[in-house]
Amino acid sequence: MTTQHDAREALMTGRRSDGTPVRRPLSPHLQVYDMMQMNSALSITHRITGAIWSAGTLLLVWWLVAAATGEESFARVQWFLGSFLGLLVLFGLTAVTWYHTLAGLRHLLWDWGFGFELPTMYATGRAVLIGTAVLTVLTWILALIFWG
Amino acid sequence: MRSALGRVRGLGSARKGTHHWWMLRVTSLALLPLTFWFVFSMIGLAGASYVETVLWISRPFNAVLLLALIAATFHHMANGLQVVAEDYVRPETAQMLAVLAIKAVSVLLALACAVAVVRIVAAA
Repeated sequence: MTTQHDAREALMTGRRSDGTPVRRPLSPHLQVYDMMQMNSALSITHRITGAIWSAGTLLLVWWLVAAATGEESFARVQWFLGSFLGLLVLFGLTAVTWYHTLAGLRHLLWDWGFGFELPTMYATGRAVLIGTAVLTVLTWILALIFWG
Repeated sequence: MRSALGRVRGLGSARKGTHHWWMLRVTSLALLPLTFWFVFSMIGLAGASYVETVLWISRPFNAVLLLALIAATFHHMANGLQVVAEDYVRPETAQMLAVLAIKAVSVLLALACAVAVVRIVAAA
């Protein structure tokens, strides 16, 4: 057996019925999950969008701190947010926000004990994807109306 | 003699039990209405001037909800990123450092946002 460098690896070692040692995989292990299946793809996307949103909070920090600092600093944020790159980032963050919100709502329903039947699971999964697209487009239509 | 359910309800031997998991749900529930409010407020502020923006932030209703949004967002972010680090970062030392860094950065960003809001309110 190889040396263990991590105490949690103790959970991964077991023995076969003939007594020989075996190193079992721990979740999440990508060999088992098929990313072409909707639910595993939506699950990892939930994590990825959460991580992207975490990075996106830097914009919130910049925006608030600049507003508190003064007109000149605020003009720099406004310039960035109004630039092509800024608008692209904001559009991406909008989609990420709605996805994580809707997928999070789906997780809360599961925590509550609802929606575990396979047909319901596929229906709510599709609803998350369609809802994300609709809310993202709606948000930007409204933003452009207010902006214009 | 206590049943397994009774022990779990008493928060287990470590006295923490499911607190981390539960707080992730509590903050997510708080963030549902706050996120909708924030996104639609930002739509309303699209193209607004510096004075209009600062005036909007300084209104008590907006300032209170902003502070609530900041608290829930960074709490939820620290919690969520910690779970990701616990799942993927190896070995244990690196994972522990990653979790500590996540907590430090989240708290500092939250405080920076909160101080900014308070400063705008005070200046108004």
